[in-house]
Amino acid sequence: MKKLLLLFMLTIFGPALYGQTDTSFFFTRVKQDSSKLKLNMDAVYNRPFLQMGKLPVSLGGYLEANSSYFSTDGISEGLSFQLPRLTMFMSASIRQRIKFMTEIEFEEGGREINIEFAALDLEFNPLFNLRGGVIMNPIGSFNQNHDGPKWEFVSRPISSTTIIPSTWSNVGFGLFGKYSKKNWVWAYEAYLSNGFDDKIINNNQNRTWFPASKANRERFEESFNGVPLKTLKMAIKHRKIAEIGVSWMGGVYNKFRDDGLVLDKKRPLNFIALDINSTILKDTYLNGEWVWAYVDVPDTYIQQFGSRQQGGFLDIVQPIKKGKMLGWSESVLNVALRLEYADYNVGNFQELGLRIADHVYALVPAISFRPSAQTVVRANYRYERRTDLLRNPASQTAGFQFGFSTYF
Amino acid sequence: MNSRLLIFTILLEAILIISCERITPRVPADDQILDGPIEGLTSAEKTRFLAGDVAFNDEIFTSETGLGSVFVATSCGSCHAGDGKGTLFTTLTRFGQSDDTGNKFLHLGGPQLQNRAIPGYTPESIPAGATFSRFTPPANTGLGFIEMVTDADILAMADPSDADKDGISGVPNYGDLPSFLNPLPNAVPKNGRYIHRFGKKAAAYSLLHQTVNAYSQDIGISSSFAPFDVYSGLEIDPEISTLTINNVVFYLQTLKAPIQRDQNDPQVKQGKQTFIELGCESCHKQTLKTGPSQIFALSNKTFHAYTDLLLHEMGGGLDDGYTEGSAKTSEWRTPPLWGLGLSPNSQGGQYFLMHDGRARSIEQAIEMHGGEATGSKNRFKQLAQSEQADLIKFLKSL
Ligand code: HEC
Ligand code: HEC
Repeated sequence: MKKLLLLFMLTIFGPALYGQTDTSFFFTRVKQDSSKLKLNMDAVYNRPFLQMGKLPVSLGGYLEANSSYFSTDGISEGLSFQLPRLTMFMSASIRQRIKFMTEIEFEEGGREINIEFAALDLEFNPLFNLRGGVIMNPIGSFNQNHDGPKWEFVSRPISSTTIIPSTWSNVGFGLFGKYSKKNWVWAYEAYLSNGFDDKIINNNQNRTWFPASKANRERFEESFNGVPLKTLKMAIKHRKIAEIGVSWMGGVYNKFRDDGLVLDKKRPLNFIALDINSTILKDTYLNGEWVWAYVDVPDTYIQQFGSRQQGGFLDIVQPIKKGKMLGWSESVLNVALRLEYADYNVGNFQELGLRIADHVYALVPAISFRPSAQTVVRANYRYERRTDLLRNPASQTAGFQFGFSTYF
Repeated sequence: MNSRLLIFTILLEAILIISCERITPRVPADDQILDGPIEGLTSAEKTRFLAGDVAFNDEIFTSETGLGSVFVATSCGSCHAGDGKGTLFTTLTRFGQSDDTGNKFLHLGGPQLQNRAIPGYTPESIPAGATFSRFTPPANTGLGFIEMVTDADILAMADPSDADKDGISGVPNYGDLPSFLNPLPNAVPKNGRYIHRFGKKAAAYSLLHQTVNAYSQDIGISSSFAPFDVYSGLEIDPEISTLTINNVVFYLQTLKAPIQRDQNDPQVKQGKQTFIELGCESCHKQTLKTGPSQIFALSNKTFHAYTDLLLHEMGGGLDDGYTEGSAKTSEWRTPPLWGLGLSPNSQGGQYFLMHDGRARSIEQAIEMHGGEATGSKNRFKQLAQSEQADLIKFLKSL
């Protein structure tokens, strides 16, 4: 079945791969409207699309491939090559103000196929749009704005994949809207969706682990406990200053009743995230996200499974050369740095009174070369320190990652 | 892809790969870590060692794979981090036995307290009237050597009636063998009971015995050896394969012994001399040897664990009123001292010594010695500061 789907996608998208140049026999590149102020929430549509003739359907996608060499405390598994993801998207304007968009991701060489996004948007008014289907919960910025070619780093941010389990999408519906005036734009999103389950505290990571809920495919069919996950986000942007987003996602993760029988009290979980991006000093790009997560873990359970987590990242990207390089007329060479951190268990040991560690820090200097805005070739050095629960000497991992990511 | 891009890519990649080896962290020296196999294993044995390593350190149990319903921790590695000693956080509690007539609280969840439960279940608490003791996890290193010390050798160190009048007796813990265990061919039983040697009270016969109990009592995992549920006591299907248990036992048997550091440091040498003079060696026997073993690398080897595997009366201060097997409540098995200097690496940078981690430094541990060890403790206290420092430096080199 998976193979069939892959074949099907390839036959549709195959020709698109030849559509790299702006015009080709089949496809024309859809002109991006750059006059409008774009926010993280616009990322799903703010992608390079190709259109075939006059058909109302546009296609696109991106590929990421890389190699890495890592060593942890001196022990290395050697050099390995990965194809973390191949993503394809398709959008259709069904009628005026009715759009459909889907994003399908093939992970790890096709071992996993995920529908990351598949939603219908109905616009009643710029301030009032209805969206339903498989939506990406707007928590933080990375979850909605995660396309590989947009980033100068091979790995996704730790806190955005292990605390916020990006890409975190669910079946649901909700509203979004935008209001803009001169250099300002303000936007909101509000969704109800299916959500987490008790795997977050019952998993083989031995810690509270939100991504464990992603393994539950049934969340695309039914809610684990009948309580919807609520996600709210508000963002504001000034063309010359910054975009700032504040978001909240909250719900209940346990099965508190089954077949009418009450099993437990409702155990809530909440995420609060802040995101910011800005260009300072002419062309230095800053992009960051911070998240706090709170879970009601039963007192009778073990402390390895913490009730608070926090983490975030800050990316600094500095173009050092722009213009014609290696024959590409609009290429850019960047140096970049990512600082990141995740603490999976914020709190104290009951028995010791001491602070629980279980955290990780990483530092990632990078060089990236963009022959065009849509393609990035990147080389990262990554240094990571992980400290276990008990604050024993940290394990150190360091190594190189090299790869590319490109829209097609 | 464009050919220039390709060349650029390949070049950059080549540069990176060449520089890899230099800018990545170094391997810690063998004498700085506890993990790793003994020398002389065959390739097949190394593969088994790795399989056991994964099961011991990485296999985290969940309610789907059999965790609980009541338990203490979710994996062996959670308590035995890096194969080293644990802390108060990973400590477990046993209750219900106060003399050699056995545990009176088995029907109320004894001997071990499962103080955690998967959601929806209630963990155990200590029943009224039961005495209890807390045990912090010991290191798991070099246990294969300890397992192969012959009963005859252990008995040769025992001195139940203190015939040599040095104030130190030392007795083995005799216990009944559970039905899944076969005694070693050279075992020396007494009245149908066998010499046990693992655990704080020396109440486990072998590494298989300890491992089966740990799966069952610490994690709530039933096995073909102990096919029952800790919560209900009912017979259930095994939740772990016999192969995995055997691999874990093999891993424990072949985990290397800690390697001494700074052996030739004059202070360390002086400290070792003091250790012997104070009489510490009457219990913490420097050298033992193994008998024949099916694992060639363990057969007929001498090793330096600093234990006699016997129980000693340690005084009222260390008497919790709880015991196991034929031990008295004030008796404890001499713990091996090898690996002592590396303990903080698994105890969050601190020391938690003695059976329940109450001693927060080596000095405190020595000062808590009572009973048969009173003499050597007093001699330690009379030492000049520098002599004490030498002794501690020696102990930290182990
Ligand atoms: C809750 C924490 C905890 C867990 C989980 C745990 N242990 Fe232990 N372990 C201990 C403690 C405490 C002791 C000392 C027990 C005693 O004295 O009887 C111990 C003792 C041992 C010993 C004896 C060491 C010696 O020197 O006598 C072995 C072997 C061992 N554990 C193996 C295991 C294995 C295998 C597992 C996983 C199946 C495991 N442990 C899981 C806490 C734990
Ligand atoms: C009579 C036997 C005996 C003598 C003599 C003795 N010890 Fe001990 N030692 C023990 C026992 C038994 C324990 C464990 C007590 C407990 O767990 O509560 C122990 C524990 C220790 C510990 C803590 C080990 C750990 O892993 O927690 C250290 C360190 C130690 N002894 C050092 C010494 C030194 C140094 C001397 C000489 C001054 C000495 N001992 C003399 C029997 C003895």
